[in-house]
Amino acid sequence: MVSGDSSITMQSSFLSMQQINKRYTGVQALFDVDFDIQAGEIHCLAGTNGSGKSTLIKIICGVERADAGATITIGDSVYTQLSRKDALQHGIQVIYQDLSLFPNLTVQENISIGDTMSGSKRFISWKQSRTIAIQAMEQIGIALPLDKKVAHLSMADQQLVAISRALTKDVRLLIMDEPTTALTKKEVDALLSVIKDLNKKGVATLFISHKLNELMTVANRITVLRDGKKIGCYQASDIDAKKLEYLMTGTTSSYTPYTLNKERAGTPVLCCTKLSKKDNFHDIDLTVYPGEIVGITGLLGSGRTELAHSLFGLNPPTSGTCTINGEPVALKSVQEAVSMGVACVPENRLSDGLVLDQSISKNIVMTILDNHLSSLGLLDDEGLHEKVLEYVEALQIKISSPSSAVKTLSGGNQQRVVLAKWIATNPTLFILDNPTVGIDVAAKSSIHSIIKALAEEGMAVLIISDEIAEVLYNCNRVLVMNRGRIIGEFDSSSTTENDIQAFIDFHAM
Amino acid sequence: MKRLLARHETYIFGIIVVFSIIITAINPNFLTLENAFDILKSNAFTGIMAIGVLFVLISGGIDISFAATATIAEYLTVLICLRVGGSMLFAFFSALVIGIILGAVNGYLIDRFAVPPIITTIATMNLYYGLLIVFSKGRWIYALPQYFRTFADIRVITLYTAEGLPYGLSIVTALWFVLMVLSAGLLFYTRLGRSIYAVGGDAISAKRVGVSVKMVRIFVYAFMGAMASVAGIVQALLVQAVAPNSIVGKELNVIAAVVLGGASLAGGVGTVSGMFLGVMLLAIVQNGMTLMRVPAVWYDVFVGLVILFSVGSSSWKVKKEKVGTFIDIEPLSPPMVQEGGR
Repeated sequence: MVSGDSSITMQSSFLSMQQINKRYTGVQALFDVDFDIQAGEIHCLAGTNGSGKSTLIKIICGVERADAGATITIGDSVYTQLSRKDALQHGIQVIYQDLSLFPNLTVQENISIGDTMSGSKRFISWKQSRTIAIQAMEQIGIALPLDKKVAHLSMADQQLVAISRALTKDVRLLIMDEPTTALTKKEVDALLSVIKDLNKKGVATLFISHKLNELMTVANRITVLRDGKKIGCYQASDIDAKKLEYLMTGTTSSYTPYTLNKERAGTPVLCCTKLSKKDNFHDIDLTVYPGEIVGITGLLGSGRTELAHSLFGLNPPTSGTCTINGEPVALKSVQEAVSMGVACVPENRLSDGLVLDQSISKNIVMTILDNHLSSLGLLDDEGLHEKVLEYVEALQIKISSPSSAVKTLSGGNQQRVVLAKWIATNPTLFILDNPTVGIDVAAKSSIHSIIKALAEEGMAVLIISDEIAEVLYNCNRVLVMNRGRIIGEFDSSSTTENDIQAFIDFHAM
Repeated sequence: MKRLLARHETYIFGIIVVFSIIITAINPNFLTLENAFDILKSNAFTGIMAIGVLFVLISGGIDISFAATATIAEYLTVLICLRVGGSMLFAFFSALVIGIILGAVNGYLIDRFAVPPIITTIATMNLYYGLLIVFSKGRWIYALPQYFRTFADIRVITLYTAEGLPYGLSIVTALWFVLMVLSAGLLFYTRLGRSIYAVGGDAISAKRVGVSVKMVRIFVYAFMGAMASVAGIVQALLVQAVAPNSIVGKELNVIAAVVLGGASLAGGVGTVSGMFLGVMLLAIVQNGMTLMRVPAVWYDVFVGLVILFSVGSSSWKVKKEKVGTFIDIEPLSPPMVQEGGR
């Protein structure tokens, strides 16, 4: 693997920016930031949420304008302000974090839409559109069904469509905002090899990712931002994950593995025997005791999420038995699961976990409205307000006011709102499906501490995650799922990340 | 075959076939060419408005004001034709100008002030219709220019009944068909057409790939106005009189027909063929009830049931598809359970 820039000769700068300032009402998002990217370079932009990363990206691709005084040089052209159209003309393509796809259109049309909408053609050549789509997918070695609607694809496949789409144009600078969050290792490897190919052709790539390991293996240089200021630009070979984390956050954190204080005894919170769901998972035996944090990992499509949905009553199993706190449950409805003390934080917090346009307080109290009724059956506003303040305080949610909309929060704070909403129900079993996807390093570890604190108070927790490190360092036991079955169990105190990765890779073949 | 079954259109077509069999069993007069031509003629008015509604729905909007637009275009055009004279061509031209202006006003307001389209168009419906009633004082116009009558009688295909009476494919049906073919082509083969689907699918994403969302919005509402105005003239041709209050109130039936044809109120989805089948299904229910001598008061009840059943069955199918992903749960090699790692 290429790391560092030793093997690449730096040609001219593709883009360079000086004196980038951006002030939003009341907040200075960027202070005098300089940035440059060479043709054919893989550059990473690192920083925690709120560091100004996204603002800088928006300025580079022309969606936002920099404040007066900026100089932006692309090739021979010099701009003080860059428009989206200018950026597109210079071949600056973006893969957005929200993918920005059209769910109602087919894979083919989504990939070729850039070509359809640009230029002066008024009519569509479906034949050409097909060729473009096939060629784009061939570049990253995939072949999704062209005529399938994007809405019917899995998240990972949608991400592949978004990547293919950016590869169709005369791309000179490819900007990727968290491109790999939903991809499996195999797909990530394929994507990385395409990026390297592109770089050989002189295409520059600017990467934003929260997965530190990923950054290190591919990048030539890393620019670190913190609180809107540029901390520095480093050769990737001079820096390791530990140092990068320090540069990004200003502090060092250390993982302390979770160990179970008590014995696994008494009534298990969850006990499943031979739980099966046709076409989803098979013969799941799973017992979780109070105070345990059990991790489930495995490739996407291993049935982990489906199992979590079943335990929460969203996906009724076809056979097998299950007890919660010793009482048998049918797992037929969410209401039943909630009344038994099960809580579930879904994988996709934006679409399944939050009402984005509603206020923080309304989101938090959503699950406990029934417990806060006055004698007339009306909502007890004061009681609810106290609850909100209690959780905002306890989970250290950074908000300007409880009545501002959830969508104004950063990813980490949004996830805290989701956690608060469920902690408010006093669950005995807390299921978390990829709880820190798209959340930066600092926020991530604070969410992990919240989870550990809950388990120490006796809650049973089930964490599902793609990231082996996440389950390994936060759980006392780790289960591996593959093809709908639990194929292995590891005690986290005596296992390393590599052990589990090797085990998964072995079974995935 | 499998792909055909997955299409919404196939379901609606199936329901039309079932209804036709039932109606024919009770009254064989239903399944005659004469009746078919008659249905196609009397529904050209609804069908042409439905084309406009289809465009608006695909773009993710909705329009309630088109019946008012159609009435104004119809009323003003006939007034102009009576006062200053003209021709059929002039009548269509004049109506189109009025319709496009009124529609574009909707589109501009919706885009400029970001008011939800349903509110905007309810407001403009009241405004347009109210002004018409104020200035026309609700007066009907009976004496249409002679060319309205001659034009309405044109048949593109003429056949004769056993008794020697002429019947055939009316010019208004032909007009409806031509408009449908052109619209289908526009939606499927032009950049503008695909932009409408893109905006309906996700307006922000559309902006990011360089679609002018504003122009698309103004276009669809102006196009809706154009279709409404043509429909207004067709209505005058069919009825040979103009009443300020005859069209308003039919909006929801037209929208229902388009939704029945597979368009989604959430935007991004819909086809001209589906819309045609949706219009025909409601038309056949109405026509069949007359032929089966069911009292007309039952019509609304049946329409309600038909919409519930058709839309419900196809949405239910989509819902079923979404639940449960498929995971290949058979192990490749014998399951190896490893305790404690290494």
